[in-house]
Amino acid sequence: MYSVRRWASRHARFFEAVYNGFEAVLTSLHPLFRRIGYARMDKPVAAVEKLVKGFLFDTKMCGSCTLGATGMVCPMNCPKSMRNGPCGGVRSNGHCEIKPEMPCVWVDAFAGSRLMRDGDRIQGIQAMVDHRLQGSSSWLREVRRKKGVPEIGDAAG
Amino acid sequence: MTMLDNPAAGHFLPLEPGHSSPGRIEKLLRAGEFTVTAELSPPDSSDPEEVFEKARIFDGSVDAMNATDGSGANCHMSSVAVCAILRRANYSAIMQVSCRDRNRIAIQGDVLGAAAIGVASILCLTGDGVQAGDHPQAKPVFDLESITLLAMLRKMRDESRFQSGRKITHPPRVFLGAAANPFRPPLDFRPIRLAKKIEAGAQFIQTQYCFDVERLKQFMARVCDMGLHKKAFILVGVGPLASARAAEWIRQHVPGVHIPDSIIKRLAGSANQKQEGKKICIEMIQQVREIEGVSGVHVMAYRQEELVAEIIQESRVLGGRTPWYPGIDEP
Repeated sequence: MYSVRRWASRHARFFEAVYNGFEAVLTSLHPLFRRIGYARMDKPVAAVEKLVKGFLFDTKMCGSCTLGATGMVCPMNCPKSMRNGPCGGVRSNGHCEIKPEMPCVWVDAFAGSRLMRDGDRIQGIQAMVDHRLQGSSSWLREVRRKKGVPEIGDAAG
Repeated sequence: MTMLDNPAAGHFLPLEPGHSSPGRIEKLLRAGEFTVTAELSPPDSSDPEEVFEKARIFDGSVDAMNATDGSGANCHMSSVAVCAILRRANYSAIMQVSCRDRNRIAIQGDVLGAAAIGVASILCLTGDGVQAGDHPQAKPVFDLESITLLAMLRKMRDESRFQSGRKITHPPRVFLGAAANPFRPPLDFRPIRLAKKIEAGAQFIQTQYCFDVERLKQFMARVCDMGLHKKAFILVGVGPLASARAAEWIRQHVPGVHIPDSIIKRLAGSANQKQEGKKICIEMIQQVREIEGVSGVHVMAYRQEELVAEIIQESRVLGGRTPWYPGIDEP
């Protein structure tokens, strides 16, 4: 259990590089996305995103992805949805207060961040989640943000 | 001692320049007084007299009382209601707000109400999981967490706006606090997390129970290196353990409490365990106050509240100062 996502966090530096490259490719596809329409693209892209990120990182598709700033670990796997660091309940063995069999998401996130080139992004404050974005594609949201294409609920994007 | 060094708790004193709240705790901490707070566990009752009974135990020993918000995920009288009752007698209350049971809409409403009845200090917590308490079947909310909660309340206070951006006509004048647990992994991340809380708006910090001074010293050394002790007032959590068995139970069942084996051995080897627990607590307070960057202590004496007065007196941390309480000025 949790083996794939823990493996991914141990290779956070590799996935950081892959992610940065992938983001550049997606961003270059902006003219295509715009022609088809971002709204129409969201469902199919979100489906692929869920498949890939779900397999690798167990992501929960909150729509405001923080992987690059949280050691390539999805903080929404935390039963308390902590997005800014571990709560005070972490067990002395580094496991979760609520799910004793699960290593604390933030213990893994901090370890992953130490491997990354931009690992200090973990020190930045993540804003509260916009729950309307649940299930939507954060990949497309990132491209839109870079290209300055507005959307509803953009503040959280 | 002037009014400002030892202010009466409840009076709506004028807001001093550079202060966020008219409250007693902020005044004391900014004046450099070693400050003592205590945890008041809200009753399982609708009788306000039970709140006063619990408060009176601390008269003359503590500067403010924390009204817990469903601590340990157990159901009790709400923290905002306990604060409202304490304010009737002009007691100084620190309202604890946990993110487990309420979303951003409910919390903002409670904070405006609390400020309206004279609550001047709020401790922002994420909260224990529902599995820890008496209603494990409940839906955990966790719409926010401590850091986003701090940021939201600071925005209400400093920008007079709800999270939505809508205008607040009279902002809540509150001194914002947060918790810290220096004793649990990932240890290297704990000072960074404290820095994030301070950046998000925390002005005072109350830590989890300290039973391990060495680990606290390591944490505080890092905190001082980062200059965090100059940006927020840090109060270290302390409390008496009733017995070795009680300590063992807390270690197993209360999330986040770190009790070293040496403490449990010391209790077990004592003829009077309760007395030994109190002695350990007094020693802890005296050691903690010597650590650079510590501004006070937060006493959590669950079901041993009657010991707090002796503990504070015998540890001599107040240096002859008697905290304000209702009736202090009566002959």
